[in-house]
Amino acid sequence: MMLIVLGVFVGGTAWTVLFSFTNIKIVPIFTPSEWINGFVGTANYDRLFHTDRWMECPALSHIGQADWQLQCRGALPNVVTYAVLSIILSISIGFLLAVFMDQKVRLEGMFRTIYLYPFALSFIVTGHVWAWILSPEYGLQGSIRQLGWTSFSFGWIADRQMVMYAIVIAGIWQGSGFVMALMLAGLRGIDDEIWKAAKIDGISTWRTYLQIVLPMMKPVMVTTFVIVSSGAVRIYDLVVAITDGGPGISSDVPTRYIYQNFSANLGQSLAASTCMLVAMAFILIPWIRMEFGKKG
Amino acid sequence: MSSTSITPIIPAGKKPKKLITTERVVVYSVLTLCALFFLFPLYIMVITSLKDIEAIRSGNIFVPTMHPTFTAWGKAWNSACTGLYCEGIKVGFWNSVRITGPSVIVSIAVASITGYSLANWPFKFSEVFFTILLVSSFIPYVVMLYPLVLITRWLGIFSTLPAVVLVHTIFGLPILTLLFRNYFSSLPQELFKAARVDGAGYWRIFFQVYAPMSVPIFTVAVILQITGIWNDFLFGVIYAGPTNYPMTVQLNNIVNSVQGGKEYNVDMAATILTGIVPLAIYFFSGKYFVRGIAAGAVKG
Amino acid sequence: MGIKKFALGLALSASLFAVGAAKATDLEVTHWWTSGGEAAAVAEFAKAVNASGDKWVDGAIAGSGSVARPIIISRILGGNPMAATQLNPGKDADDLIKAGLLEDITDVATAGDWAHILRPASQLASCTVDGKVYCVPVNLHSGQWMWTNRKVYEDAGLKPPQNWNEMVAAAPALQAKGIQPLSLSQGWPVGLLVNDVVVALAGVDNFVKVYKDRDLAIAGGPEFAKVYQALDTVRKFVPADKMVPQWNEAIGLVIQGKAGANIMGDWAGGEFQVAKMVAGKDYDCLPGLGVTPVLDTGGDVFYFPKNKDPAVTAAQKKMAATLVTKEVQVAFNLKKGSLPMRADVDLSAANDCMKKGLAILDHSKAVFPGTIQMIDRDSLNQIDDLNTAFMADPTMTAAAAQAKFVDIIKKAPK
Repeated sequence: MMLIVLGVFVGGTAWTVLFSFTNIKIVPIFTPSEWINGFVGTANYDRLFHTDRWMECPALSHIGQADWQLQCRGALPNVVTYAVLSIILSISIGFLLAVFMDQKVRLEGMFRTIYLYPFALSFIVTGHVWAWILSPEYGLQGSIRQLGWTSFSFGWIADRQMVMYAIVIAGIWQGSGFVMALMLAGLRGIDDEIWKAAKIDGISTWRTYLQIVLPMMKPVMVTTFVIVSSGAVRIYDLVVAITDGGPGISSDVPTRYIYQNFSANLGQSLAASTCMLVAMAFILIPWIRMEFGKKG
Repeated sequence: MSSTSITPIIPAGKKPKKLITTERVVVYSVLTLCALFFLFPLYIMVITSLKDIEAIRSGNIFVPTMHPTFTAWGKAWNSACTGLYCEGIKVGFWNSVRITGPSVIVSIAVASITGYSLANWPFKFSEVFFTILLVSSFIPYVVMLYPLVLITRWLGIFSTLPAVVLVHTIFGLPILTLLFRNYFSSLPQELFKAARVDGAGYWRIFFQVYAPMSVPIFTVAVILQITGIWNDFLFGVIYAGPTNYPMTVQLNNIVNSVQGGKEYNVDMAATILTGIVPLAIYFFSGKYFVRGIAAGAVKG
Repeated sequence: MGIKKFALGLALSASLFAVGAAKATDLEVTHWWTSGGEAAAVAEFAKAVNASGDKWVDGAIAGSGSVARPIIISRILGGNPMAATQLNPGKDADDLIKAGLLEDITDVATAGDWAHILRPASQLASCTVDGKVYCVPVNLHSGQWMWTNRKVYEDAGLKPPQNWNEMVAAAPALQAKGIQPLSLSQGWPVGLLVNDVVVALAGVDNFVKVYKDRDLAIAGGPEFAKVYQALDTVRKFVPADKMVPQWNEAIGLVIQGKAGANIMGDWAGGEFQVAKMVAGKDYDCLPGLGVTPVLDTGGDVFYFPKNKDPAVTAAQKKMAATLVTKEVQVAFNLKKGSLPMRADVDLSAANDCMKKGLAILDHSKAVFPGTIQMIDRDSLNQIDDLNTAFMADPTMTAAAAQAKFVDIIKKAPK
């Protein structure tokens, strides 16, 4: 089994990387001779980084001038914004919920199901509901204005600067319940002796959580972090259902670019995937070596 | 709900507590407020599914209809058309069960054993193996579609149930292995050593020592896998073959029709209906969480 | 041993005999027609195929293009292809044909004299690669229609516009009343709108010269500058927060009188029918945006993936012939709201908009190829991206957008 898995991941990754240097279009090719025939060097990457949809840093050309700032837009910067915010927010919200749930609450089953249900439903439709809620016309803004508060404004979804934050809200709604479940499992794995000891020493509950329990939960935290970030980096359904990349292309993300090119220009798709892989490998591998290397 | 009665009484501290304290009030109000935020979209889905199409077109999305009707639910389950067949989403139900059941069991079995091996029985390339697994969890699935078509074709199982089970097992492995590996390595090493001293081998330690202590993490893994596999559309439609199309194929067909009037009430009802199985499992797996506490208490 | 062998031989010959006797073959057909009207049209195909002695097994997958295409290609690659599949004609399928994965149905086309019966010729041409026919065209859809709600204009004391320019001229009066002059939805409808504006304002000849012959001088010239200026006007009519997610919601705004006009393909007619509105009385349908009455010739086609089973191959060819018979063409297209492939059929049951379309189709000069028949999908996607960005980004000037457009045309593979 392990060998099959390794074969699939290594083989699939190798195929992705190698054939991103070919002119592969709609029908996939696999053989070395096809690779040689289709070889186009870095043309796919060249085009990728000249595509505004992927990344555009208009102010970079103004370097040295007064209006210079490092502000980029496009799929790549968008996913960074989304990932950073949703990781931080859903982990902290998930952890807090877990701590509250751990207070021997009644109706725990009910609360847990409520927090988890967004995770269970297909986002094709729940995303549509979010699009309604966030829509300036039909959603919150319109309804609250109807009630009389006419200056109320909540139009993030139609605002090119704010649209990614609107998507983060829906992302947290969908994901933090699962983080809560993971954290709760972690909390339940903590030895009762610890609690007894803390009680005896007179340490308050909240301090025990922050100073004793939290550091003990490091393995669970790591797991959660990887799960949440791998979800965040591959965000797709959410964006497609809520904005489909709009307004214009201002909420586009790399996976959406990859999906769309998958049936029109595989080479672009593979090049974009390779970029994501390389970026992740740069972040992950040193960290894995640090984190797990010494244990082995 | 029964957690208070099962948990052994902790002897020290300022017990017994008053029933209502400020702390309790804070806990319950925060939990309730969050619950309301989480429930809000579900509320909209439910009231929309009970409206008729005219009420959706003209009404406010937050206001429930005065004349609720269950026709959309009936239509979603029984008679919504997806292409030529007008049999609703019920047709794929048993296929979804047949795909999800084995996929969840196989993927969790393989991943828990892999995680256990990585945590306790490190082998020569275990670190490399783990690194590859972790990095793989960041690959967008779609790029792996075509290589997997070749592999399953080569194995002779393309367009069959085993193919889709294999694919789910493969894609579940990175995250699940990480989950189990980290949980197992957080368990006290003394346990493992004691079991070794008692002469227990690889499998006995796993089944008799580790598995019973890991109910909470198994519950999390089950939640993760059931949700992922039950809601999967792409792998089911490609690898399972047309006779095994899962429920999500119908859901996609109802929801993603490009042309023609959109029946949002049917969409909403179909989504809730499709989600009922994972929801029910979440709800009922709750008691295993509680059992997990009991297991945790035993080890102390 | 001997008896076993004999029994085996008997069984073999029995099975051979069974194949020989016209046995119903299961034909799995994938397509992305899943909405009510579409499904009703598919049912007509299925009925005809079943009547011919085979069995239509429906494999509907909603969400054209990006959803269905990888699934269809995977199935074909995996060695377990469907018997027939909807796929965009033209450049999309060329790769699959080159890889030898699609069945050559030239014999069916020759036997049925498709070259003379089916019109316009461009549609069959896009099914033909190196003189061989690989797909069967089943209908014609056109995207060049402007839909207006007459009542909206009459209430504002205006004459309902009969073309694009009148619509633009009437805009201020509607805006003064808080009505959107034009509605628009996210995604592909933006691309459709742009194409229609190109055809209406720059003209068919220039459209074909740019997309097919890659004439960069025209793409960068004043004709296309007019196009981008018109789009600049449109984005002032429909700012980002007024765009709706789905095309039918944009048509809905016109039906409800919240918007004056919308640009959409002939399939929008179905929405007006559902709302019980009458063409020419409650609403107008204006082909070629009323400027130049022309229509493109996009349409749906079916391909037949190569199959190992000779019984299936035979049934595939029978099916290809069945789909273009007179009765099937009429029954299918009336339900689908599209135009039939053959001229020799009775369409008295068609509505006014369809009849307008048919009349244009009879002047073959007014018919031109769709974009996908002239340029690859990859470039089309890039053009769509550009136009989508332009419509929502007020900081991008019309001139800058035009320059980027020229660049994409320049880089598009011939």
